[in-house]
Amino acid sequence: MNVFYRLVFLLSVLLAGPAIAATNTYEFSSPDEEERFKQLTEELRCLVCQNQSLADSNAGLADDLRNEVYDMVREGGDKGEIVDFLVQRYGDFVLYRPPVKSSTAFLWFGPFLFLLVAGILVLRFVRNRPKKVAELEFSEADKQRVAEALRAAEQEKGAR
Amino acid sequence: MGRYLIPLGVFLLLAVFLGVGLKLDPKKVPSPLVGKPAPEFKLARLREAQSTISHEDFKGKVSLLNVWATWCVSCRAEHGVLMELARADVVEIYGLNYKDVREDALRWLARYGDPYVDSAFDPDGRVGIDWGVYGTPETFVIDTDGIIRYKHIGPISAQDLQETILPLINELKSKRG
Repeated sequence: MNVFYRLVFLLSVLLAGPAIAATNTYEFSSPDEEERFKQLTEELRCLVCQNQSLADSNAGLADDLRNEVYDMVREGGDKGEIVDFLVQRYGDFVLYRPPVKSSTAFLWFGPFLFLLVAGILVLRFVRNRPKKVAELEFSEADKQRVAEALRAAEQEKGAR
Repeated sequence: MGRYLIPLGVFLLLAVFLGVGLKLDPKKVPSPLVGKPAPEFKLARLREAQSTISHEDFKGKVSLLNVWATWCVSCRAEHGVLMELARADVVEIYGLNYKDVREDALRWLARYGDPYVDSAFDPDGRVGIDWGVYGTPETFVIDTDGIIRYKHIGPISAQDLQETILPLINELKSKRG
């Protein structure tokens, strides 16, 4: 039981991380505003600690950018405007969902290319196989040998 | 023979991709501001707090804008290089003191030397955001038309200066004439 409680404690500590991550508390005049703010800060990337979103990061810059996003949301800026504001300054890098354009084409379509190549290879492999199985044909002599072996096995059984 | 070349090809392709990946530094985010006019700003000077400095000050000459702070350890590391460059007198270096305390910044310059022809004071980092600053030090090379030509992320080493920044400054200068 002791172990169980320890595990529960450990788990709760681990899960508490995200709850304490965002430092400021923000007040909104409508649930819609709050939703927009949440969506934006979760979709935008912190440039300092690059594997965290603006919502998660404790970095000073993330805090500044959260405030910036908050101000823009309060002033009624829509998602596109706010995202553009950040992209103009920091580039596509701030987006967790990069736009489809020539420089990101490989990123978007590369996996399908690999899938296609892999598919062709598998197809070729599979097509080549049955031929070899078909080549294995039983001749009359083979059939006789099998029959003999079976008869011998039968006799051995009877002898026991 | 061909069937043995396929795994070899796959391996080489993977090796190339992983090799390129190793060379990339994820800390260096290319700036979308390169090739664009320097973002507009108007800030109090670090030294004469009553007067202001703006993007207009960059026009008509090649200049550097160095973003720094006293809390930034690697700014200290590049400071010697900036002092060296200032002494050579090839380009005007402007400072953007970022998210700092005025007294600390002035003390720092008094102690280690001041390579800047002029310094702007950005205590809340708002202008920093407009310039896409995400970590100090960062240095922008601005041409005579006030267009950003290059952004250096991280401390400038003597090698960076020799191989990249000085040749660019010379090129931009010769274009004017």
